[in-house]
Amino acid sequence: MTGVLPVALEDATKTIQVLLEAGKEYVCLMKLHSDVPEDRVREVLAEFQGKIYQRPPARASVKRRVRIRKVYYLDVLEIEGRNVLFRIGCQAGTYIRKICHDVGEVLGCGAHMQELRRTRSGPFTEDEKSVTLHDVVYLHSKWQETGELEYLRRFILPMEKTLEITPKIYVRDSAVDALCHGAHLTAPGVVSLEAGITNGSTVALFTLKGEAISLATATASTKEILEMNHGIVARNNRVLMPRGTYPRMWRSKTSSA
Amino acid sequence: MPRIPAPWTVKRKILVKSESETDPSFGYKPEERPYPDLVRFGVINLDKPPGPSSHEVAAWVRRILGVKHAGHGGTLEA
Repeated sequence: MTGVLPVALEDATKTIQVLLEAGKEYVCLMKLHSDVPEDRVREVLAEFQGKIYQRPPARASVKRRVRIRKVYYLDVLEIEGRNVLFRIGCQAGTYIRKICHDVGEVLGCGAHMQELRRTRSGPFTEDEKSVTLHDVVYLHSKWQETGELEYLRRFILPMEKTLEITPKIYVRDSAVDALCHGAHLTAPGVVSLEAGITNGSTVALFTLKGEAISLATATASTKEILEMNHGIVARNNRVLMPRGTYPRMWRSKTSSA
Repeated sequence: MPRIPAPWTVKRKILVKSESETDPSFGYKPEERPYPDLVRFGVINLDKPPGPSSHEVAAWVRRILGVKHAGHGGTLEA
């Protein structure tokens, strides 16, 4: 199978969890096992939008119990005889091979997945700055030849790209180093935040320069955070920024000198 | 069946709690990170070729770039 496979480097590998849980989009070629009227195929495929029940296939990396997966859209691109090409946007962990099989069952003729290409993984899509392994080899050697950082920047994106669709809280400079040391975010550190955050949301804490500091769990909603004067608003799960990137502007209780 | 909006189509407003400015003498805008930080905090939007597994592809990237760690975000079965 081909398509969007984000590869995180060095410290950025800490953001991979976000991508594993992110929604995906695929273009799939499904092959029907006998002739079925086109309208009937479209009708059945439309039923696979919304919340669907899916039992992971035999060769799966998760426990094989029926689970609910969200299919955001399933658009037919082309039908030619027994070949059906469709685009599907779905929650992480949706098995497309299984959808093809299940569509075949509903149609009564049987069907299988012939080809699959991933066209999106979270914020990454196939058209925006996507590169092939050949591009990577070429651009990397050009950088080695010339020392021009532009060649590296052509294919290495900042890890913040990974967090593009993760809700964010922006914090003031004076709170950054404490967060890098694992402290939780308190209300006075918040400068701005995105609408729609709820207690329990996974959020990304960002500097005002747009740098990722850490991944955290919000302990209050956007509305509550806006009104709070003190208290914890997000608990750190994973620190991404090294300590000392921002100056230390906090005092520890034990080492008061 | 009611449509569920895809997470990447959701637009969220940014709400300001208090005003503050950032000191340019430390940190970098992500797109201006110098070397080697731009690699250390970098991610590649790779178009996986058919054939090798996702794991193998990540290992190749690690070798090509001479980095210690490279990991892929979500297996794309071979």
